[in-house]
Amino acid sequence: MSIKIYVPRDTTTLALGGEKVVSMILAQAESRGIDIELVRNGSRGLFWLEPMIEVQTGNGRVAYGPVEARDVAALFDAGLPEGKSTHRLALGDPEEIPYLKKQQRLTFARAGITDPVSIADYKLHDGFKGLENSLALSGQMIVDEVKASGLRGRGGAAFPTGIKWQTVHDCAADQKYIVCNADEGDSGTFADRLVMEADPLMLVEGMIIAGLAVGSTQGYIYLRSEYPVAHQIMKEAIANAYQAGYLGENIQGSGKKFDLEVRLGAAAYICGEETSLLESLEGKRGVVRFKPPLPAIKGLFGQPTVVNNVLSLAAVPFIMAHGSKAYADCGMGRSRGTLPFQLAGNIKQGGLVELAFGPTLRELLDDFAGGTETGLPMRAIQVGGPLGAYLPQSQWDTPLDYEAFAAIGAVLGHGGVVVFDESVDMTEQARFSMEFCVEESCGKCTPCRIGSTRGVEVIDKIRAGDKVEANLALLDDLCETMIDGSLCAMGSMTPIPVKSAFKYFPEDIALAHSRMSIQTEAK
Amino acid sequence: MNDLVQWDLQEVQEVITSLKHKPGALFPILHGIQNLAGYIPAESLPLIADALHQTRAEIHGVVTFYHLFRMTPPGRHSLEVCRAEACQARGSRALEAHVKAKLGIDYHQTTTDREFSLEDVYCLGNCACGPSIRIGDDIIGRVTPEKFDQLVDELTTVALEIRS
Ligand SMILES: Cc1cc2nc3c(=O)[nH]c(=O)nc-3n(C[C@H](O)[C@H](O)[C@H](O)COP(=O)(O)O)c2cc1C
Ligand code: SF4
Ligand code: FES
Repeated sequence: MSIKIYVPRDTTTLALGGEKVVSMILAQAESRGIDIELVRNGSRGLFWLEPMIEVQTGNGRVAYGPVEARDVAALFDAGLPEGKSTHRLALGDPEEIPYLKKQQRLTFARAGITDPVSIADYKLHDGFKGLENSLALSGQMIVDEVKASGLRGRGGAAFPTGIKWQTVHDCAADQKYIVCNADEGDSGTFADRLVMEADPLMLVEGMIIAGLAVGSTQGYIYLRSEYPVAHQIMKEAIANAYQAGYLGENIQGSGKKFDLEVRLGAAAYICGEETSLLESLEGKRGVVRFKPPLPAIKGLFGQPTVVNNVLSLAAVPFIMAHGSKAYADCGMGRSRGTLPFQLAGNIKQGGLVELAFGPTLRELLDDFAGGTETGLPMRAIQVGGPLGAYLPQSQWDTPLDYEAFAAIGAVLGHGGVVVFDESVDMTEQARFSMEFCVEESCGKCTPCRIGSTRGVEVIDKIRAGDKVEANLALLDDLCETMIDGSLCAMGSMTPIPVKSAFKYFPEDIALAHSRMSIQTEAK
Repeated sequence: MNDLVQWDLQEVQEVITSLKHKPGALFPILHGIQNLAGYIPAESLPLIADALHQTRAEIHGVVTFYHLFRMTPPGRHSLEVCRAEACQARGSRALEAHVKAKLGIDYHQTTTDREFSLEDVYCLGNCACGPSIRIGDDIIGRVTPEKFDQLVDELTTVALEIRS
């Protein structure tokens, strides 16, 4: 019998030489006359160990990583095909790796285990159970179950998903739409990508269930163009789901219908904002719409539309398979279930960490990050993407919970955690936040469009030591104007990282000044 | 230097015709044309406008709103460097400076030998293992200045071999 060897096909594995590893494995197996079956699984999200390869043995899987092409011959010498653990890269049973074992994987339970586009694999691991249950229920019963789970939107705003679905359910219309927001623009986030690359059928299933719940027969996944690998895998998964009768007319003989298509974005951060996204899907400039009307009432092509983040939709199959209680039993306060945190930036052990809400930021880092990559102490942590606050040590004991973060003027957002070591110049980070707003503003509101340009100029003056006090006051005013006069969070939240950088790290102002004068002298 | 990408208006028209029936057809059409030609040739705007019953100005407005769509031919390799925070925390600012110096161009420019077009990008989803760059559809992680030089050497050597 042939030996099963798994090498992920996700972006990070490929970015670290995964294809070269695959070629070496095939070459080694051939030259040694070993019969292997290569499976391209998804990543388990332990990115610092990628490329992580796994071998199926009689006693479960054995992992090795991070593997480079030049290690493969030695790994074969050391008995990789038999799953021996003598080589220095041997990691043993992947499920026992503490980084994975300490997690609570509800959404990412299958990640890295299955072939992401295989319907058979998906079904073997509990796939389509939620859909099966949902097909026996009325739309209202599905909406009720999702409400009871306490699921809140994972795209950033944390709006209760069940309530949004209720609104769309209650609208009478010939055509309603399910739109999956897969724009994942936040730096430091990759959970949506991992869903689409490791378990895309879960997203397909979640969207079909959403369609059944609200009475929609057409779904679109709006996927950012920066994710070519996710695009490819998603397309394969959808094609396979059509082939197997899970999409299209008469889903599994139920008489129900659902069509699904992936649409690519075009590199605009603002198109993650739901109304800008809808404009873009309609083929227009991604300019944010006024609300009301809510997209739930007048969304895509003017029809009632559910817009949900990938993770929100991906949580639904679990809820419908295991019941809302199983989901709601995890978490704290009004933050129910799990959030896949994404550890990124300057850390040794970057990756996806799915946990129930509740532990503190410090616990998350202590338990998983493994210190900084550079070895220098951590100094600032940006949580919740480019519109999230930079937090100093003194704030790290805040529990990972929507309300607790709001209470310190921060956001959890989509769960991105970006670590900076002590070499960071926080005035430079503040400048970048403003610059990003200049680049990505849709241009509709003056405070966002012009205010951010002024913001860059004022920060440049502060960094140059030019009338620092007066310019700090000016920056404060400018931030207030942006907060009050912006239609969406692009303009109204850019002040969050900016203000936090100056509030918590004021000592960097003088440092920036001295650095910049040294640079000027050198010129 | 002649353009490396070959396309003719007939093919562009075929892309438009095959996609124009879709709801919200403009994006699929623009992606289709850019995949074919490497950019959105000005000559294609009236064809798109015609097919979708919109004005040329409207189509132009959409093309220019989005960073991805370009109206000039790219170099042989489109290179994107991630400028976003998680990569900054892992040394991307130094990498950016190195890339620009090595290629002798800034963002949104193409080298005179037309080998590389350089663009900035805000996150490629490889934030745990940055600094990240993208060349064509390949994303590459943990890119140091040395690794970048090696990549450039490999890409330009291959190109020479094909040409000779
Ligand atoms: C500037 C901006 C960018 C956003 N980017 C995203 C994004 O990339 N992905 C996402 O799901 N939501 C994003 N959102 C939030 C969406 O507007 C919307 O709240 C979300 O898609 C709703 O889905 P959910 O309820 O499942 O979270 C963004 C919002 C703003 C203001
Ligand atoms: S705040 Fe900025 S991005 Fe949002 S609508 Fe106004 S101009 Fe557009
Ligand atoms: S921040 Fe560079 S890949 Fe995400």
